[in-house]
Amino acid sequence: MSEKRIRVLIAKPGLDGHDRGAKIIARALRDAGMEVIYTGLRQTPEMIASAAAQEDVDVIGLSILSGAHNTLGPRLMELLREKGMGDVCVVIGGIIPEADIPALKKVGIAEIFLPGTPTQAIVDFIRSRISAAPSKA
Amino acid sequence: MPTDPKNPSGASTINGTDAVDSRRKPGAAEKSWEEKTLVPTLAKSPERASKFTTVSSYPIRRLYTPADLSGWDEDRDLGLPGEPPYTRGIHPTMYRTRLWTMRQFAGFGTAEDTNQRFRYLLAQGQTGLSVAFDLPTLMGYDSDHALSEGEVGKCGVAISSLADMEVLFDKIPIADVSTSMTINSPAAVIWAMYLAVAEKQGADWKKIAGTLQNDILKEYIAQKEYIYPPEPSMRLVIDTIEFGAKHTPKFNVISISGYHIREAGSTAIQELAFTLRDGIEYVDWALRRGMNIDEFAPRLSFFFNAHSDFFEEIAKYRAARRIWHKTMTERYGAKNARSWALRFHTQTAGCSLTAQQPYNNVVRTALQALAAVLGGTQSLHTNSLDEAWALPTEFAATLALRTQQIIAHESGVTNTVDPLGGSYFVEALTNEVEAGAWDYIRKIDALGGMVAAIERGYPQREIADAAYQYQMEVDRKEKIVVGVNDYFTKENPLDILQIDESVAHRQAERLAKLRAERSSDEVARRLDGLRIASQGKENLMPYIYDAVKAYATLGEICDAMKVAFGIYDEVAIT
Repeated sequence: MSEKRIRVLIAKPGLDGHDRGAKIIARALRDAGMEVIYTGLRQTPEMIASAAAQEDVDVIGLSILSGAHNTLGPRLMELLREKGMGDVCVVIGGIIPEADIPALKKVGIAEIFLPGTPTQAIVDFIRSRISAAPSKA
Repeated sequence: MPTDPKNPSGASTINGTDAVDSRRKPGAAEKSWEEKTLVPTLAKSPERASKFTTVSSYPIRRLYTPADLSGWDEDRDLGLPGEPPYTRGIHPTMYRTRLWTMRQFAGFGTAEDTNQRFRYLLAQGQTGLSVAFDLPTLMGYDSDHALSEGEVGKCGVAISSLADMEVLFDKIPIADVSTSMTINSPAAVIWAMYLAVAEKQGADWKKIAGTLQNDILKEYIAQKEYIYPPEPSMRLVIDTIEFGAKHTPKFNVISISGYHIREAGSTAIQELAFTLRDGIEYVDWALRRGMNIDEFAPRLSFFFNAHSDFFEEIAKYRAARRIWHKTMTERYGAKNARSWALRFHTQTAGCSLTAQQPYNNVVRTALQALAAVLGGTQSLHTNSLDEAWALPTEFAATLALRTQQIIAHESGVTNTVDPLGGSYFVEALTNEVEAGAWDYIRKIDALGGMVAAIERGYPQREIADAAYQYQMEVDRKEKIVVGVNDYFTKENPLDILQIDESVAHRQAERLAKLRAERSSDEVARRLDGLRIASQGKENLMPYIYDAVKAYATLGEICDAMKVAFGIYDEVAIT
C-alpha cells in the first residue's frame, strides 16, 4: 500500500491574527493522515499561491474571520488559474455571511465551512474531493 | 458522555474525582449519608456520566461540603468586601452603590459611521464607550496601504490620523464619557490622538477617564496583532504607563487581558494564570524603569472573558482578586490599598456564540453576563446574537445592552454583595482555580518570565493543546453545544450588517486630502524626531504626541519606529 498522502496548505490570509481555527484544522487533518503545511499569519494571496505551487498541494484551506473573504478568496482563485493550478481544491473556513457564499462558489471555491463544523466533516469533504479527482501524476 | 464500564454506578469514587477524593476527609454526617442514602440510590439509578467536568475539562465533584474546605480560613481567604484579600469584591457595597459600567464594544466603517453608533448607544442608556478598530488600524497601517485592501472598516472603525479621531468623538464630550480603546501594538499612537482631541475639546487630562488596552504580551500569546518584537514593544507600554502616571491619573493606561487568551482556546485556569503573569511582567518592567510600585499599580486594570461554565467563571474572578492582592503585597510590597485591588472589565465569550440558531446566543450571553456580575466585575460588554456571522446590527447590539439592564434591574442579584460567598462549591472551586493558576505562574517564573516563556512558545503551546482537546470533545459529543452537535433545527438566515468597499474609498480620499493639506515639512521634521528618539532611551510619548498633532498618519508614525525596533515574526505552533 503506497497510497499518496493528500497534501494540504492551511493559510491565514489578510491581517487577522485569530489562528485558533487554522491551527485546529491543521492538527485535525494531520491526525487524519494528511500532510499539512501551515503558512503562518498574514499571507497575501500571492504568497499563498506560490506556496501552493512550491509544495504541490492538492488542497488549500483558507481561514478568514475578518470579513475580507470577498477580496481575498477571488484574488487567490485568479492567481491559481494564472499559474495553471485551477484544479487545486480551495476551501474556506471562518465567519462568512450566507449571502456571500454563492459568489465565492462561483469563482471556484469548493466549499465554505462555517463556525461549528465538526473537523471530521472537513476531513470527509477533502477525502471525497481528492479521491474523485483525476490523480496529478 | 458514556458511563465508565468498569464503574457503572460511580459508587467507588464517591465524590466523582479521584485525585481530590483521596485528600477529602468527610465528616461523620457525610459518611453516613454516603452509606445510607447515596450508595443505594446509585445502585438503583446510576448517574448520567462517570465524570462531570467544566467547559475547561476541570473535574467537578458530586457534592461540596465542609470537607472540601479543609485548611480554608474564612477571615484570611474570604474576608469582607472592600477589604483584603478582596475575594468578595473590591468595594464594600458593590452594586448597591453603583452598578457596573455597561460598556458595549462598537466600531465599524468610517469614523462618521461609528460616531453615529456611539451617540445612539449613549442615548440608549449605555454608560461608557468602547472603540473597536479595524484590522489595518490594529496593525499600524493606514487605510490606503496595500495590505489594508479588503479590511478597511470591516472589524471596527478605520482611524488613520488625528483627523479621523476628531470625527469619531464629534459631539461626544471626552470630559464626561469614559472611553475604552481596544488597541495594542499602536496603542501609544492612538492614545496620543485621543489626548489631542481631549485637548481640543478643552477637557482636563487630569480628569479624563478611560482605558487603553495596550497589552502587547497577550498579542504574542493569543491574538497575534503585533508589529515590533517584544523588547521594544514592552518599552512602548512602559512609556505609556510612565506618561499616564504623570499626566492622566484617572486613565487606565493598560488593560491586562485574558479575554483573547480564552478566545484562543485556553482553559479558565490558563486564562487566569497567563493574564496575571503578564501583569507581573509589566510590573517588573516598570520597576526596572525606576518607577515606584504605588505610583502606577493603581492604574493597572484587567480584562477577563465570561465563558459558559457559570461557576468556573465566578471562581476565576474571585481567585484573580486574591492572587493579585497576594502578588502586590508579598511579591512587590505595595503599600497603597489601591494597588492591591484588582479591577476588571468582562466580555462574554465570543467563541461560545454559534452560527446555528443564533437566537440561542442571547441566552448564552445572559448566563455569561450573570456570572461576570456574580464575580464582581467593574464593567461589562455583552456580545450580540449575530456575531458568529458578522459585526452586530443595531437591533442585536441593543438587545445585548438590554440583557445587562435586565440583570441589573430585574434579577435582584445586585441587591446584596457577593451572594455566592460561603458556598462550599464556590469557595472550594475558587481555591482550586487559584492553586492551578499559581502552578502556572511558578512555571513561568522558572522559565525566566513571560517574555522568555513567549519566546519559547510555552503559553502558545498550552493554549493550542487545550483548544484542540476541546474541539475533539465537541466532535465526539462528549460536550454538547446546543444547535451545533445536538438539538438541530432548520432556520432562516439573519439580517446582518454588511460593510461595503465604499468605506475604503472614502478613507482613501480623506487621507489623500489630509496629505495634501497638512504641512509636510512639519510632519517630516516631527517624524524624524521620533525616529531618532526611538534609537535612544527617552520616553517616546511626547514625540508621538507631537507627530500626531501635525497630522502625521498612524502608518507613518509606526513606520518611523520600525527603523529602530524592527518587526516581529512568530514561529507558528500547530
